[in-house]
Amino acid sequence: MMITRAADWIGSLVISPCTSIGRFMLFFYQTMCALMRTKPKYGKIFEQMNVIGIQSLTITVITGTFAGAVLAYQSFDGFHRFGGEQLLGTLVALTMIRELGPVLTGLMVTGRAGSSIAAEIGTMRISEQIDALDTLRINPFQYLIIPRIVGATCIMPFLTLFAMIMGICGGYVVSTMFLGLSPEEYTTHISEHVDLLDIMGGLVKSAVFGCIIAWVSCYKGFNTVGGARGVGIATTQSVVSSSILIIIANYFLAMVLFGVSS
Amino acid sequence: MIELINVKKRFGNRWVTNGVSLKIPRNNMTVIIGRSGEGKSILLKQIIGLIKPNCGQILIDGTDVTKVRNRDTIFEKVGYVFQAAALLDSLTIFENIGLPLLEKNIKPHEILPIVKEKLALVNLTEEVLYKFPVELSGGMQKRVGLARTLMHNPQVMLYDEPTTGLDPVNARIIHELMSSMQKKLGLTSVVVSHDIDIFQYANYVALLQEGVVKHFGEASQVWNSNNPDLYRFIRGLAQKPPTHTWYQPSV
Repeated sequence: MMITRAADWIGSLVISPCTSIGRFMLFFYQTMCALMRTKPKYGKIFEQMNVIGIQSLTITVITGTFAGAVLAYQSFDGFHRFGGEQLLGTLVALTMIRELGPVLTGLMVTGRAGSSIAAEIGTMRISEQIDALDTLRINPFQYLIIPRIVGATCIMPFLTLFAMIMGICGGYVVSTMFLGLSPEEYTTHISEHVDLLDIMGGLVKSAVFGCIIAWVSCYKGFNTVGGARGVGIATTQSVVSSSILIIIANYFLAMVLFGVSS
Repeated sequence: MIELINVKKRFGNRWVTNGVSLKIPRNNMTVIIGRSGEGKSILLKQIIGLIKPNCGQILIDGTDVTKVRNRDTIFEKVGYVFQAAALLDSLTIFENIGLPLLEKNIKPHEILPIVKEKLALVNLTEEVLYKFPVELSGGMQKRVGLARTLMHNPQVMLYDEPTTGLDPVNARIIHELMSSMQKKLGLTSVVVSHDIDIFQYANYVALLQEGVVKHFGEASQVWNSNNPDLYRFIRGLAQKPPTHTWYQPSV
């Protein structure tokens, strides 16, 4: 009896993740098929860009501004010790452009829009609205999933651009108003050390994060089971999974996009 | 027209349908009755292909639903009215009913007359056109669901507990609507229901019990049957009659 239970337990430990990965890959495949076979619905994509992106602008701007401000504030002391205060602007700009801008925007959008996507699609699943789409011969992947994935992927770079700019501005305000730096000291070195590739790298990252958020949230919502509790679980899982995947993807993207010059 | 042969479906360790075999006559209304949890809705979803059975065959005009690769060929013939209407709550009634055509990029002004025609079929006026589902009563939502299903002119209509949650007046309206449409459009209707008032409108009744069809026959025969299972279900008795002579059906 004990051996059987142990075998059951070990079996379920192996089968459960395999099933999840299999389902996710199937979802990926079905989405890809729908994307290839059908004409994109631009109206729906723009609608999702508005819901996911434009409506997240306020929180992104606030987050970016204060992230840049606190970064300048905390870094100033270190630079001051060896007289490198004039590099503060460069540090804030590079950090916001390469890392904090894309990652913080990704996490903010996950919390605001990713959860909403999972909850909306999850509710549609449990109230049979997705089945209804099927019976009406409307492909749910084309109707629900693709506009969200394409919309999130396209709008995230724009949103991140705002976070980057506001972060640099936040650092500027703190540096010039509270830390005694002149505007020239803050800005001069930024243009010297930040190049277009840094900005492009940050924007590519954010596009990948947008794709991850929408993909995971749609997947979790689409596979919701049970009632209201199921929707709650799907929403929580979508936020947790997206956040973790963003952090992991950020590391690998940083390696690929920026590398480390020896 | 619709034939189910030894249809089995398992969830976990439980066989929800455990060898259902049934021939559903064409151009008639067949009602599937049974207690909650007997798998009636699951059976209905298997007929349209939303759920795949573990084994068995489901034939619609000779086509095996379980083996069809493109389900759209089934959805073209068969309409499904969901228990809670399943209207898309972010869309207006016009958009809900006209959705299949809107998705084909047909202009709204071209769709409008068709939507109005379908609304009239379910006794709804144009006033509801630009309202959202949440602004309508449960009965009206179900009628909109019915109108939406009629958009692609199906030959077969499947109704999943169409009167659940409705008051007796609205339930009767829905029943009469189903019956009149079935006669007017020559539909084959399959209704899953708990509501025994449906017997007035049904041509055939099947009792689903313990995962199989225990009884099938004409509605009047089923209503007057001396069979303990049918008698108990129709009269809403929790326990089986103590003896075979205990009950006296009188309808």
